[in-house]
Amino acid sequence: MLTLQFIPSHELSSLGEEEKIKKLLACVKSNNIVVLDARLKAEEEASLIKYTMGMINNKFKGIEIATINPSDKTLQGFDKFRVNLASMILGREQGLTVIGPATIIKEIKKDPNKIQLFTKRRK
Amino acid sequence: MAIKIGDFINNLFLNIFGKRKSIKLGLYGPPNSGKSSLANKICEDWLGEPLSSVSQIPHETREIKLKEGVTIKSNGKSLTFNVVDTPGIATKIDYTDFLKFKLNSKVAKKRAKEATKGVIESIKWLDDMDAVVVVLDSTKNPYSQVNLTIIGNLAARKTPVLIVGNKIDLKKANVKKIQSAFPQYNIVGVSALNW
Repeated sequence: MLTLQFIPSHELSSLGEEEKIKKLLACVKSNNIVVLDARLKAEEEASLIKYTMGMINNKFKGIEIATINPSDKTLQGFDKFRVNLASMILGREQGLTVIGPATIIKEIKKDPNKIQLFTKRRK
Repeated sequence: MAIKIGDFINNLFLNIFGKRKSIKLGLYGPPNSGKSSLANKICEDWLGEPLSSVSQIPHETREIKLKEGVTIKSNGKSLTFNVVDTPGIATKIDYTDFLKFKLNSKVAKKRAKEATKGVIESIKWLDDMDAVVVVLDSTKNPYSQVNLTIIGNLAARKTPVLIVGNKIDLKKANVKKIQSAFPQYNIVGVSALNW
């Protein structure tokens, strides 16, 4: 059974970078696929990878992660302005982040507007 | 294509860093994209000797490799810089993947452990780089999160970046896809093995 755990970004907004990453990784290590309604900052993504590497052992093999950022390419003109303004006012990165354990997710394929999760077949 | 990489280094280093004495040029990318092959080509071209060992097995480079004292000269100016070959950045490392390359279990586990430390070192060194060549495998999907994270971190640090699409000698190579993924960057297609 696959479990998707939705984490609203406001739950993380009061946390520092380390706490935020530890919370996300705790969910992933419990074999949940985390869906976050925001993007992590680039520096937070790098820290997430660093913490993940420090946790890898014979059971935990790491993570698969993908993000979609609506302000990247798909929006133009006023729509892009609106997204960026909302991002500035709300103080968070607009978008979507999906993180799952590498023992369950084989691969995440991503195009700019689409995320596909490929899970591992249990033997 | 070698000329274009040379141009990038000449322009950046002589024009932007001309007055500085210690410049670090990092090679970043996912595992097995050809960072070490490219680092070897750069060092062989300017120093006459290679930098790193290369292998078909992912995570061959598990420690930062540094070659100091690479000197370039252009238009009467010269600058000495250091080439930093970094371990490939990954979000997962499974020792069983190495067993497919006929490594025994003990060696595979040791390699995986070293690889995790290598990834951490690569990320730590991001802060120390003056310019970076991001080496991507042009046969692979450029939208991988590792690629986006590396380039996003360099952009956040305002580090000058050149993206190299390596392995253009292979049939599946698609440098245009890399260009469309990162339209704001200069992309150079190369085959580090067939320079």
